Amino acid sequence: MNELGSCFHCGEPIPRGERRSVLINGEEKPVCCAGCEAVATLIHSAGLDGYYRIRTMPAPRPEDGLIAEGPDEWDVFDREPVQKGFLRRLDAEVSEANLLVQNMNCPACAWLIEHSLRRLDGVEDLQVNPASGRALLRFRSDRIAVSQLMRAIARLGYRPYPAANFKSAAQEERRTALKRLAVAGFGMMQVSTYAVSVWFGAFQGIDPVYRDYLNAISWLVTTPVMLYSGFPFFQGALRDLKARRVGMDVPIALGIVLAYLASVWNALQGLDRVYFDSVTMFIFFLLVGRYIEMAARHKAIHSTEALAQLIPPIARRIDNGEEVRVAAAELAVGDIVAVAPGEAVPADGEVVWGESRFDESMLTGESRPLRRGVGDAVIAGSVNTGDHPIRFRVERTGDDMVLSTIGRLLERAQAQRPRLAHAADRIAGHFVVAVLFIAAAVYAYWWPSDPQLALQAALAVLVVSCPCALGLATPSALVAGTDRLAKEGLLVARSDALETLAKVTHVVFDKTGTLTTGAVTIDRIVPLGSTDPVQALQLATALERHSAHPIAHAFVQQETPYQADRVETRAGGGLEGWIGGRRLRIGTPVFVAELSGTEPVALPEDQASWVVLGDESGPLAMFRLFDDIRPEAEQTLARLRRLGLQVEIASGDRLEPVAAVAKRLGITQYAAAMTPADKLERIKALQRAGAVVAVVGDGINDAPVLAGADVSIAMGSGTALAQTSAAMVLLSDSLRPVAGGVDIARRTARVVRQNLGWALLYNVLALPLAASGWLHPWMAALGMSLSSVVVVVNAMQLARKRSRPHSTEPDDARSLTTGEAF
Amino acid sequence: MEIIFVMIPLGLALMGVAIWAFFWAVGNGQFDDLEGPAYSVLLDDDDQPKQKDERAEQKPRND
Repeated sequence: MNELGSCFHCGEPIPRGERRSVLINGEEKPVCCAGCEAVATLIHSAGLDGYYRIRTMPAPRPEDGLIAEGPDEWDVFDREPVQKGFLRRLDAEVSEANLLVQNMNCPACAWLIEHSLRRLDGVEDLQVNPASGRALLRFRSDRIAVSQLMRAIARLGYRPYPAANFKSAAQEERRTALKRLAVAGFGMMQVSTYAVSVWFGAFQGIDPVYRDYLNAISWLVTTPVMLYSGFPFFQGALRDLKARRVGMDVPIALGIVLAYLASVWNALQGLDRVYFDSVTMFIFFLLVGRYIEMAARHKAIHSTEALAQLIPPIARRIDNGEEVRVAAAELAVGDIVAVAPGEAVPADGEVVWGESRFDESMLTGESRPLRRGVGDAVIAGSVNTGDHPIRFRVERTGDDMVLSTIGRLLERAQAQRPRLAHAADRIAGHFVVAVLFIAAAVYAYWWPSDPQLALQAALAVLVVSCPCALGLATPSALVAGTDRLAKEGLLVARSDALETLAKVTHVVFDKTGTLTTGAVTIDRIVPLGSTDPVQALQLATALERHSAHPIAHAFVQQETPYQADRVETRAGGGLEGWIGGRRLRIGTPVFVAELSGTEPVALPEDQASWVVLGDESGPLAMFRLFDDIRPEAEQTLARLRRLGLQVEIASGDRLEPVAAVAKRLGITQYAAAMTPADKLERIKALQRAGAVVAVVGDGINDAPVLAGADVSIAMGSGTALAQTSAAMVLLSDSLRPVAGGVDIARRTARVVRQNLGWALLYNVLALPLAASGWLHPWMAALGMSLSSVVVVVNAMQLARKRSRPHSTEPDDARSLTTGEAF
Repeated sequence: MEIIFVMIPLGLALMGVAIWAFFWAVGNGQFDDLEGPAYSVLLDDDDQPKQKDERAEQKPRND
């Protein structure tokens, strides 16, 4: 569509008339804007060209103002009250800052940030995690200020946000789990060798001195393993008992303690039946299962604070006519705050000065920026996309803001979910109670004849029927499936989403920005009378260059020899301006007709938006504007239908464009002009009819709808909030992974079923053996762990599969070069 | 066989060292990110330009 190609840096089409380029490795690379030029130049001059070779996605296009020289917004982060949330002082000199970095979407981005920041004097250490979008910086605060670090990130085209320190909780949990695992693992290896010696000794004759010595050593090693590594099980069991219920931890803790005490007693008596090896093995393999489970959970943690991310961390408050930068949290009702073009509104309020346009699409779903003048309300999180600064009086802050209300709505919608989880817990509880009874019965049965065997059999039952494989069956498959999905470009943000996705019968798509690209283009020019269409386009372009309206973006790529002056905006009408002594208007038919005093032209009844160009003699031309369908939409939908899914559109847009998109994509079920409540109702209706519904959308207005769906999938290019509320997020700006995701989810579900079947079979076979006293507890522990290994290995085949049997369409060339070449 | 009265404590001491080393590695963040470092190998120094004087040139040719 554009012969100039796309920007070397951000991959966006280069607007006509833009002739910037950057010299990299002796080759001139075209770039699309001053922002990209500055960032690319910076990367090159820092010697970080490697970024361009390794990246798997184009870089984000730097926002205007992000890379601008001169005084900027970052200085405010050097102030104490603003730092409270995200900065931690480790000692007198060293501080640690936790940042969320927007648009950091691939490992190469993380690499770039890491390498350019490492060169700054005073930076001690930093970790940048592309998966979570977080950067943890440790720096010497006497040598570098946090504002300098943030500025350095911003200069690369990524916007840093201060982040709360909640990641460290997950990290701490992971570290502790690893330590417990290591202690149990090392302990198990040691104790097992001693056990083998004692075991052979029992057959071949062993000096009781050595046997007692080995037993004592085993005791010595097992004790820390049990107390340190086994601690979580005791904790869990205690919590369960306090809450008067029986969870999985109860028989585990009971088995561990009984086996340990019995071993100690028998060792002191000088008997052979010592189970220290079983105890350590049991703890180790259980911990492995727990670790996998934890890893899955951590992946599911998605920053709920992304909602707050919409609100800028700093605000410019007017104190006695002077602008003062303050933290947004410091704002109080009644404060006057200035919002410059491009900035986000930090609190709800009423405009008291100025007039501009505000993009509220993330909050209300209204895709067109809305004009807000004196007396109008502005809401926190909306962005001033107009050309003028405004000032507003704060009316609501904190929890009272519209944004917070949406957040609460979301929470409520999400709170209805965990019923399934409760059911699973209850079943596990029954299972555990049954195991306890069986163990007791086995003990009672054997006790009269052989008290030692009775204990051994009861322990074997407790260990062997540990629902370990059962417990691992699902999470291991889910982790593997999740991993695989992430590679395909679909991030699972909530763990149950994968299971549900496999059962999906209906997929409901939002239109704007989901099935369509969300970028408006000029589709057709209809000249009226004898006007030359090219000239009409040039005139229109000259006028639209003075506007920041989204419609104007469609014209920006065009070239024009004309220069318009005295251009004025009529809100709700269009633009008026002078070109070479000729007075022209562009906008609605009525607005244009006013100029000439003629009848307004009738617009064709079709799916698109139209604008009219006219002068004092009458209308000259009409332009049809079109929001283009995503190139991959058709393929994706076809694949979804092949997978046997029903596809629907539910859009807030007018009927005509929705119908047109549906027709082009071959969708028969569509509904237009729907409010979020309507959409939710439609989904509920489908669900009542027995359907399992996946919703693909992108805006915050979709958020309640997404939460009401069985599975919600948000476009990665969509707003931050939609990402957090959605169960799944498309990492790239493409629909393609949706179909692949369903396929993988179904395979995952199959593996889960296989695993559960295997685990159940194992338990059914092993339980009688254990009850009959044939199984020594160590055999039980080994059998239990082998069954777990089978389950995990079976799950791993999901992640390992490299070939893509169902996706024949070629991938993005860029991802091919990096992803597969290494 | 008296040797095991020496060997086993020695083995335990080694285990203690191994556990200490592992704890140190965990505390040092060696296990915090198991994916990123894989890329850093591919990206490091050999990707730097050979000559420092080859600077990026800004070529705005807008008239």
